[in-house]
Parts: sequence; structure tokens; C-alpha cells
Amino acid sequence: MKVTHELHDRRKSRNVGVGVTLVGFIAIVFALTVVKVTRGDPMQAFDHVVRPEMEIVE
Amino acid sequence: MADLSINTPREYEPTFGDYVALLKPRVMSLVVFTALVGLIVAPGSLHAVEMFAAILFIALGAGASGALNMWYDADIDAVMRRTAKRPIPSGRVEPGEALAIGLGLSGISVVMLALATNLVAAGLLAFTIFFYAVIYSMWLKRSTPQNIVIGGAAGAFPPMIGWAAVTGDVTLESVLMFALIFMWTPPHFWALALFTKSDYGDAGVPMLTVTHGRDSTRRHILGYTVLLAPVGLGLALTTVGGPITIAAAVVLNGLFLKGAYDIWRRDDAAAEADNYAVEKKFFKLSLYYLFLHFTALLADAALGAVL
Repeated sequence: MKVTHELHDRRKSRNVGVGVTLVGFIAIVFALTVVKVTRGDPMQAFDHVVRPEMEIVE
Repeated sequence: MADLSINTPREYEPTFGDYVALLKPRVMSLVVFTALVGLIVAPGSLHAVEMFAAILFIALGAGASGALNMWYDADIDAVMRRTAKRPIPSGRVEPGEALAIGLGLSGISVVMLALATNLVAAGLLAFTIFFYAVIYSMWLKRSTPQNIVIGGAAGAFPPMIGWAAVTGDVTLESVLMFALIFMWTPPHFWALALFTKSDYGDAGVPMLTVTHGRDSTRRHILGYTVLLAPVGLGLALTTVGGPITIAAAVVLNGLFLKGAYDIWRRDDAAAEADNYAVEKKFFKLSLYYLFLHFTALLADAALGAVL
């Protein structure tokens, strides 16, 4: 069996760390999206055309 | 022609932990705690996911400013014993990497906080990062012995950001939470400076104990503690306070004032005779002071929710 160099361990720690961080980031963005969508937060923003449904009616 | 390879070999390959160390995890824990208190005591509520995201990105923003600080202060850190083992001076992380991580995480944390909560909280976070990295690290740290006071402001913002994440506003309560940490930092740090042998002088950082002498530092500790007491009591009397906070504020500020008075009353000869017992006691008390003050706010919030 090939013995891994200590350098490979460090690289692995970096790769796993970055991987876990990215997956975590995706999870939190997804969870935030689910929360905001299910609560009915405004789903659209200004898009260079008039959108009457976005106007706040007093 | 020069080698155009971007994969220049380096002597040390950093681990993930080396990059995490750039974010000053210990400072982050205080940020998480105080921001969480700000979030919980604020009127209104956030969804649990939003709350988690808010805390996470406030902490990440604080970490990013820590990385920027380490990038800029690498020359000072290399000289001082306490900081010589940090990732950049010890050669584990390249300065450019720290800068990139600091800037990248700053952007991510501010944008994500804005998306998760609101623009006011995100704006305050952006200002905090700017304040710590530019105004404190790059400018005032090396030019004034009041640097601790200025640096304390950066550490004081998290509860205010937490509050703003819920309310979208800056109010008296959040200003007083800010002021509590802001006024607490100088006596806390200067007490430490009195009994630790520091090498800030070697690094060319002006410290009050060196520039104005130790007696002046004792006077400053008392002065800031006297100014801190009304802030603590005032916070307890606002809407976030309650019986527990008032009781805690009276006891803690009483003890803190007594400690500061004891420090002011004596000189270094007396301090050396008992190995800085009074100063060490005051420093230990200062840790409890802040922790218990914010815990009392949490307790009152819990009490309010139950009643």
C-alpha cells in the first residue's frame, strides 16, 4: 500500500474543510429560501417595467 | 523568461485549520454570544433559520475583519511573543491569502446578512469590518495610546447588529448595549496590561502603560469604570432590562467600581509586593462582568416570555 505523505494529509484537511464549508453554505441558502418563500416574502423586485402588483397600496 | 507557473512550490502547505485561525475563533465566540443576546432581547422575532444565519454571518464578518487585521499587522505580530505563532508571521499562510480571505468573507457575510435579515444590519456589519480593519488596524492602533478605546468599539457592535437584524433599527437599547462593551473594554484591557509583561513597545505600538505610565493607566481604569457604571444601570432600566438585569447591574457595577478604586489607590510598588493580586482580581471580575450582564438580559427576556 502506498504510504501517504504528511503533505497529503494537510491537503486533504484543506479539501475536506472547503468541501464541508461549501455544502454548509448551500444548505443555509436553501433553508433561507424555503423559509422566505413559504412565509410569502416579496418574490420580485424592480425589473425596469412597471409592476402594479408591487406597488404598496395605503 | 521567468517561470509563469502559478503553482510555485511552497515550503509549507497550510491546513484548513490554519485558515480558520485567521478568523480569530476565540474573538468570534464573544461575538456570537453578544450578537445572540441582541437578537433575542430585541422586540419581534426571526425564524430559527434566519436567526442561525444572522449569527453565522455576523460571526463570519467578525472573522473576516480578524483576517484583514492579521494581514495588515503581520509585521507587528512577528515581533510580539503572544502573536508570533499566528498563521502569517509563522509562515503557514501567505499574506495575500489572508487578504483575499478577509475581503472575500467580508463581502459574503455582508451580502448574506442583508439577504437573511435586512440592510440596516448588513450596513452595520460592513461598517464594523471597515472600522476594525481600516480605522483601528491601519490607522489608530499605531498612532494613539487610546487605541484600546477605539478597538473596543469594533467589539461592541455585534449586539447592535443582532438587534438591528430583528428590528431593522438602531434604538436606545442597542446603543446602550454597544456602550456597555465599548466602555468596558479599556478597563478590562488596561488591567491586563498592568500585570502582563508586554512587548508592544518592541513592536512600536503605543500602549498607555508605556506612553503615559502606569499611574496614569490606573487613573484611566477608574475613569472609564466610573463612566461605565451609569451605562450598565441605564441599560437595565430600558425595555430590555428587568428585575434580574437591575439586580445584576447594581451588584456588578458596585464590585467593578470597588475594584477600579482599589487599583487607583495603590501604586506599582504595592502591586509588586503582592504580585498584582488586585489587578488580576479586577481582570477576572471584568470577564464575569460582561458575561453576567448579557446573561442577565437573556434571563429577563426568558422571564418576560414566561410571564
